Amino acid sequence: MRRHAIVIIGGGPAGLAAAASAAEHGEKDLLILERDRELGGILNQCIHNGFGLHTFQEELTGSEYAARYIEKVRQLGIPCLTDTMVLDISPEKVVTAVSPSEGLFQIQAEAVILAMGCRERPRGALNLPGYRPAGIFTAGTAQRLVNVEGRMPGREVVILGSGDIGLIMARRMTLEGANVKVVAELMPYSGGLKRNIVQCLEDYGIPLKLSHTVVDIHGKERLTGVTLARVDGSGRPIPGTEEEYSCDTLLLSVGLIPENELSKSAGVALSPLTSGPVVDESFQTSTEGIFACGNVLHVHDLVDFVSEEAAGAGRHAVEYIRRKRGENPPCPDRPVLEIVPGEGVRYTVPSVLHMAQMDDSLKIRFRVRNVYKNCYVTVSAGERQLLRRKKQILAPGEMEEAVIRREMLDEALPAESVTVRIEEV
Amino acid sequence: MQAGAQHALGKSENNGGFFMYDVIILGAGVSGCAVARELSRYQGRFCVLEREEDVCCGTSKANSGIVHAGFDAEPGSMKAKMNLEGNRKMKELSEELDIPFQQNGSLIVCTGEEQRENLEALLERGQKNGVEGLQILEREELLKMEPNLSDQAIAALYAPTGGIVCPFELTIALAENACRNGVEFRFRTEVQSIEKLERGFRVTTSQGIFETRAVVNAAGVYADVFHNMVSEKKIHITPRKGEYQLLDKTAGNHVHCTVFALPGKYGKGVLVTPTVHGNLLVGPTALDIEDKEGTNTTREGLDTVAAKSAETVKNVPLRRVITSFAGLRAHEDGDDFILGEPADAAGFFDCAGIESPGLTSAPAIGRYLAEQAAKYLKLPENSAFCPERTGIRRPSELEFEQRKELIRKEPAYGRIICRCEGISEGEILDAIHRPLGARSLDGIKRRTRAGMGRCQAGFCSPKVMELLVRECGMEWEQLSKSGGDSWLICGKNKDGIDGGENSGQEG
Amino acid sequence: MEKRVLTCIGCPMGCELTVELDGKTVVSISGYTCKRGKIYGEKEVTHPTRIVTTTVRVVNGTAPVVPVKTKEDISKDKIFECVRELKGVQVQAPVSAGEPVLKNVAGTGVDVIAVKTVE
Repeated sequence: MRRHAIVIIGGGPAGLAAAASAAEHGEKDLLILERDRELGGILNQCIHNGFGLHTFQEELTGSEYAARYIEKVRQLGIPCLTDTMVLDISPEKVVTAVSPSEGLFQIQAEAVILAMGCRERPRGALNLPGYRPAGIFTAGTAQRLVNVEGRMPGREVVILGSGDIGLIMARRMTLEGANVKVVAELMPYSGGLKRNIVQCLEDYGIPLKLSHTVVDIHGKERLTGVTLARVDGSGRPIPGTEEEYSCDTLLLSVGLIPENELSKSAGVALSPLTSGPVVDESFQTSTEGIFACGNVLHVHDLVDFVSEEAAGAGRHAVEYIRRKRGENPPCPDRPVLEIVPGEGVRYTVPSVLHMAQMDDSLKIRFRVRNVYKNCYVTVSAGERQLLRRKKQILAPGEMEEAVIRREMLDEALPAESVTVRIEEV
Repeated sequence: MQAGAQHALGKSENNGGFFMYDVIILGAGVSGCAVARELSRYQGRFCVLEREEDVCCGTSKANSGIVHAGFDAEPGSMKAKMNLEGNRKMKELSEELDIPFQQNGSLIVCTGEEQRENLEALLERGQKNGVEGLQILEREELLKMEPNLSDQAIAALYAPTGGIVCPFELTIALAENACRNGVEFRFRTEVQSIEKLERGFRVTTSQGIFETRAVVNAAGVYADVFHNMVSEKKIHITPRKGEYQLLDKTAGNHVHCTVFALPGKYGKGVLVTPTVHGNLLVGPTALDIEDKEGTNTTREGLDTVAAKSAETVKNVPLRRVITSFAGLRAHEDGDDFILGEPADAAGFFDCAGIESPGLTSAPAIGRYLAEQAAKYLKLPENSAFCPERTGIRRPSELEFEQRKELIRKEPAYGRIICRCEGISEGEILDAIHRPLGARSLDGIKRRTRAGMGRCQAGFCSPKVMELLVRECGMEWEQLSKSGGDSWLICGKNKDGIDGGENSGQEG
Repeated sequence: MEKRVLTCIGCPMGCELTVELDGKTVVSISGYTCKRGKIYGEKEVTHPTRIVTTTVRVVNGTAPVVPVKTKEDISKDKIFECVRELKGVQVQAPVSAGEPVLKNVAGTGVDVIAVKTVE
């Protein structure tokens, strides 16, 4: 069986950044496994700009952002196998993979970094009633067809869901010659960035209907139209508000789901809040030596944060291996805290904190449940408040972060948990 | 198709000309394909006419996939007879055709003491029908078998001979085997009228006129239309809509048996069952409608599925639904299968009113009608008949070393196209190139399961499209979900933008 | 005097900005809650610009299209002219990221460049 120190599952933005970071921290025996024919993951079909403002202080397209990391990985000499699908990861870190050129093979890894990304919620998962004609695509599938294959999946388009991919595709379809009639959003607010609402919809006069959903789908062979209706506060369609739109295409941008089938095979515990692995401050999952980062861990809105998080996972994986090999001293015995989402917070990453392994500070990423204006984000450990920060606006569509310092936490001990909550004024 | 030529028979006289076929079968659903396969045990020229672009596009594609034990049909009815015989044939058939079949057993759950009488009656009826192994189990015992039965479940009829099958694979396999044994299939061929000739029939279709000595009418919800063209003894079929929800494989272990409620007026009620591929299936509703094409799901229907399933099984994880669909059962007013010739139309064999247990009965119906037609036409046996069909090779079901060896020889089996179901390029190429090969996304999906998983083809559909383009020499614009007008691609980027032609610059 | 209402894109607040214009001169701006909002509002009503990203057909390449962008932002009202001009452009493979595929698009003085390498 082949052996590698760290096997990275996925050559998208998370896998590339994790691998680069592991190499930069001194581990040379790496292998990236990528299912597609080229590295870069979903960025290859994200040809719009707006990537890299945090990482590179400039605005890049997705392809350009990917190219920078691919180049970095190349310069660091990190081996990659593309066109390679990982079929199984065992809790003992045996990775089983397959590719046309390498065949079926297994690798014993000292550490594994999960970076498989996420998938889109399809029509079926929404249980949208109606016929099942051709012409209903997830926004990401349409994005691939248009941006990579250069083929148009339709002419007259309705989009359900105002996530960023949906908004981006409204503009892309328009610029490639389609007529985007309306974007409907179930929630009373858009999950997408304001900038995308203005530059992808308003620029082209595409209406955004909040608190609306698709209640019927027409057309037996190819889609001929959809019925939209207004929904009430609990998301139920209000009778009498139905409106028909004729269209041949319905794009769905209704949520992303971390893709954790392999994580499950490795015995990794998943969080019902994120649908991703439960991780600690080092991005280590419940299975020792298996780390997770990027959209497989929790769905991000900015790739820059994926890169940052993945770099952390790469570094921690190297540190883990060194401790295992006895090259680094073992961790001292120190408390383990739970990080808990309090009022207004949907989830936090990480959700476990080993004080022994904590760096000088810890960045907690989280998402809020609702839109909050002029509120405070507070972080507390036991009775002690570690942080209280005023925020003009918080929205579910924007990932937030709070940084806590180790010495503050030391003072709060013995606390059992750290809680992040939103205080409304 | 190619093999059809080797049987140089069926040339009987027709008003000075020759009949093209001995038997034309209307409809390539599971019944039509079963008849076709059984007919190919005889020598003759047989042709299946199908309106859609593939087999298994009507009722056969949207049903519960259950191999019923046969306890609830009226004793003495065709349904009872065919059900029992079909159930008994299914194991051997599944081996011959290399398709999955599991005898997982059925439970008919009684949820109140006032229903106990009905449960007893069902047991009695089942025994009368000849169903083996039936017994009534009490709650305690039941919960050991099925811990997720609802709190109201007090007892159940257990039918160990109940099973599950994949309706697509069964139908496709029957068709492939029929094709291999010489039966011709004509797709996108819609029958417009049938005319009785002095000895035989003239079938007018969207693709021309065919004359045949006999007809088997397996046209599903349209079987009444064709029957009524040749017989004065009219029949009437009502499409009875059934809506379903299909759940992720992570929910597939929620129950192990097929769990039914006690049957009511509109059939067997909402069932909860694992599928042979490990998903959980919940449904169907039962609603009589007018529209023979009304395969749309409805909010009410899907909600009913959810509510009804809870009566027999608790905590069904409906949030893990990956798709929902509706099918139409062909319910005939007489409430039984209509099999055979009407008194006033010799040579016209009905296979009508095929609703549940139609899938189970298909092997028996096929045999029954093929024998009748062969007898009527005095067809000699086909000694070359081969009952075996080899399914698509599934590398994921092989042992490690075997799979490794397969990929070494055929690298396409090492490229995974559908990540949810783990389907390789090799399997898709097989689906395209085998007899009656797939030409659409749905065709590929039904043969290989690519696109049938939790992402519902989000990732694999562009790749499958690319393979269809490459392997079949199709244009992208010719690609379809399921033939007809179900196009997927309308052109290239910027085709819809005016102008631009003038600049013609090159970079 | 013209009054324009727009949404600030600076942050998720999405402040509704009201800008009063006299011809091309901003007379007043209100509704912003930070400095960025004010700057955005002024620019957006006087000379709004965008980076345009789209695709261009490739001949004899490993991919049928190459993604492209305007090297700098162009005037918002030139977007469709830009796309129309690009409809007629085909590039021969190989094409490298950063290579111009169309110079001075729609008379803006800005080049359209490939953002990905296609062999």
